[in-house]
Amino acid sequence: MTPEQIIFLIVAVVTLVAGVSVVTSRNLIHSALWLILALFGVAVFYVLLEAGFFAVIQVIVYIGAIAILFIFASMLTRRVMQDTGHQSNKNWWLGALIAFGLLVGITLVLVNWQGFTSLAPVLANQSERLSQLGLALVSPDLYVLPFELASVLLVAAMIGAIFVAGEKKQ
Amino acid sequence: MNFISDPITFIANWLGNLLLSWGLSQTFVTVILKFIGAGLVGTFGFALVIFTIWLERKLYGRIQDRLGPNRVGPWGIFQTFPDMIKIFTKEYITPVGADKVVYNLAPILSVSAVLLTWAVIPFAPTIVGTEVNVGVLYLVAVGAIGALGIILAGWSSNNKYSLLGAFRAVAQVVSYEVPMVLALLVPVLLGRSMGVNSLVNAQSVWFIVLSPIAALIFFTSSMAETGRAPFDLLEAESELVAGYQTEYSGLKFGMFYVGEFLHAFTISALTATIFFGGWRGPWTEQVPILGVAWFFIKTFIVYFVVVLIRISMPRLRIDQMLNFNWKFLTPLALVLLVLTAVLDKAFYLVLPSLNLLEAAIPWVRAGMHLLLNLFIVIITVQLLKSYKIKSVQVVAKPKPIAVAPEPPASVIS
Amino acid sequence: MIPLSWYLIFAAILFCIGLYGVLVRKNAIAILMGIELMLNSVNINLIAFWRYRSPDGIAGQAFAIIVFAVAAAEVAVGLALIISIYRRRSSVVADDMNLMKW
Repeated sequence: MTPEQIIFLIVAVVTLVAGVSVVTSRNLIHSALWLILALFGVAVFYVLLEAGFFAVIQVIVYIGAIAILFIFASMLTRRVMQDTGHQSNKNWWLGALIAFGLLVGITLVLVNWQGFTSLAPVLANQSERLSQLGLALVSPDLYVLPFELASVLLVAAMIGAIFVAGEKKQ
Repeated sequence: MNFISDPITFIANWLGNLLLSWGLSQTFVTVILKFIGAGLVGTFGFALVIFTIWLERKLYGRIQDRLGPNRVGPWGIFQTFPDMIKIFTKEYITPVGADKVVYNLAPILSVSAVLLTWAVIPFAPTIVGTEVNVGVLYLVAVGAIGALGIILAGWSSNNKYSLLGAFRAVAQVVSYEVPMVLALLVPVLLGRSMGVNSLVNAQSVWFIVLSPIAALIFFTSSMAETGRAPFDLLEAESELVAGYQTEYSGLKFGMFYVGEFLHAFTISALTATIFFGGWRGPWTEQVPILGVAWFFIKTFIVYFVVVLIRISMPRLRIDQMLNFNWKFLTPLALVLLVLTAVLDKAFYLVLPSLNLLEAAIPWVRAGMHLLLNLFIVIITVQLLKSYKIKSVQVVAKPKPIAVAPEPPASVIS
Repeated sequence: MIPLSWYLIFAAILFCIGLYGVLVRKNAIAILMGIELMLNSVNINLIAFWRYRSPDGIAGQAFAIIVFAVAAAEVAVGLALIISIYRRRSSVVADDMNLMKW
């Protein structure tokens, strides 16, 4: 067991336990906090995959903005400080069955794929990757179109969110 | 390598050999060394705070024409220790109905967000906690974690006013992250790298000469992030009792307090590193350890300016603060970023046809960027003049409040 | 060394946990949290495939950045809608929004 494998297992267990607590917690704010822990675990995975840039972007975008949005929305849409009562649907067993069935299906498909247990190839030229990503996002024959469309989408989402959630002027 | 040129590797190798000779495996030794390194970075942060609190209180007192602490030790330098003992021995009062886990977690998040920043600041060419090639983004990320601590503190206190204070505080912190990131992108653009040590290496001419507007925007929005005056609405001591920290007592409040002071010192260190050249100074190539001295001199000068601004300015209102951010700082930062990028690209396109000396190129580049910044400042001042209040609108004439009524005729005669 | 299978199985489990959250929870905000878990597992998949199969290419990373942007936009609009619904109907339970059911 190399140290990398030990770290992977610890972080995977923590993230999955946090994920299960997100979907089964009774208190909505506790769910948001477990979500923060799960997102942080995913950020550690990005570091393990040698994509450090994505780890930092994950913390900034998800934990620094989206999780705070969730906490604010939970606080603004509840009538009392404590939330009680069962948080799951009537047919929760059916949801669990579907999720488990999907897991089994995905695993079966993956096991029969020949590249399933490949090991990581050695990475070269570490310092150029960030500038390569930046160039790829703006060069005309690579990915400038999805990049620009994503920025238009963000502007539209911003205007839409302000309009939908804003106070209606009398 | 010897101790002078590369102290951290020297000590790490010596310690590693010592542990190996005791029979531990190599990976275990590596893990222990990394933990020791992380612990040292954290402890160093706290040790700095002990000195910083005394410095701030002494400066505060002197500028206000009083003595400041002067009883405990010469010039009161041990004043922080009695304060620490007082805070340690206070009782923890947890409010009824507070969420215990979140209530205890919030001060820890606040302080750790600040301590994590010290991992990427370079003290010398070879003394740096860890060399991440996305260091600047890492700084923004741990700032975002600080905002999380604030909202959790406000919510878990089970107190309406704490919650309101936390909402305002998070609005301020999250809003001021935007111009901070945009102003940080200007040195990244000029230094062609996101790693903090690489930025210091690229500063043959200090970035404050290249882009003073970016330095000012970064400095101002960092002060607003911390909650230092004039942006200290977060814990305005005369309103909202203590904002989101109202229900905290004892060491938990002490952690918020320590976190705030350390954050103020950290932003001085960051400004000194990114805009004033960090460890750069004379004789640093020959004696790399001298970089530590230069770094601390610059940091303390910037910290002196931070304390000066805190002492002398009144507090801003929340709507004034947010207006300032969204209507002034963010457009200015965006315009600055775009124009700096255009000028830098144009400069490097025109450069081969100018036949300059090899050593003069950074200075010519610095001069051109400085001219661009002056140009932007002039245009901004002209635009701001057109927003001046033209005249005071007269709403009503003052009415006399107390006028003696005319005595009735029958009383006089 | 860590084989690719570990990352893929982990991402599949996270995806199914998110799916369970979407299908089972009553509160609309909790449903959005489940969607966030699913989007994160997709990102892990993309980056793992980029790292193990084509580390010299850039497609996996570019796609992952677009997924980050889309997830942020979707959460913003979703939460704005939920707050607006709360103002009208004073409830965020997903079962209560049944005006359009036959």
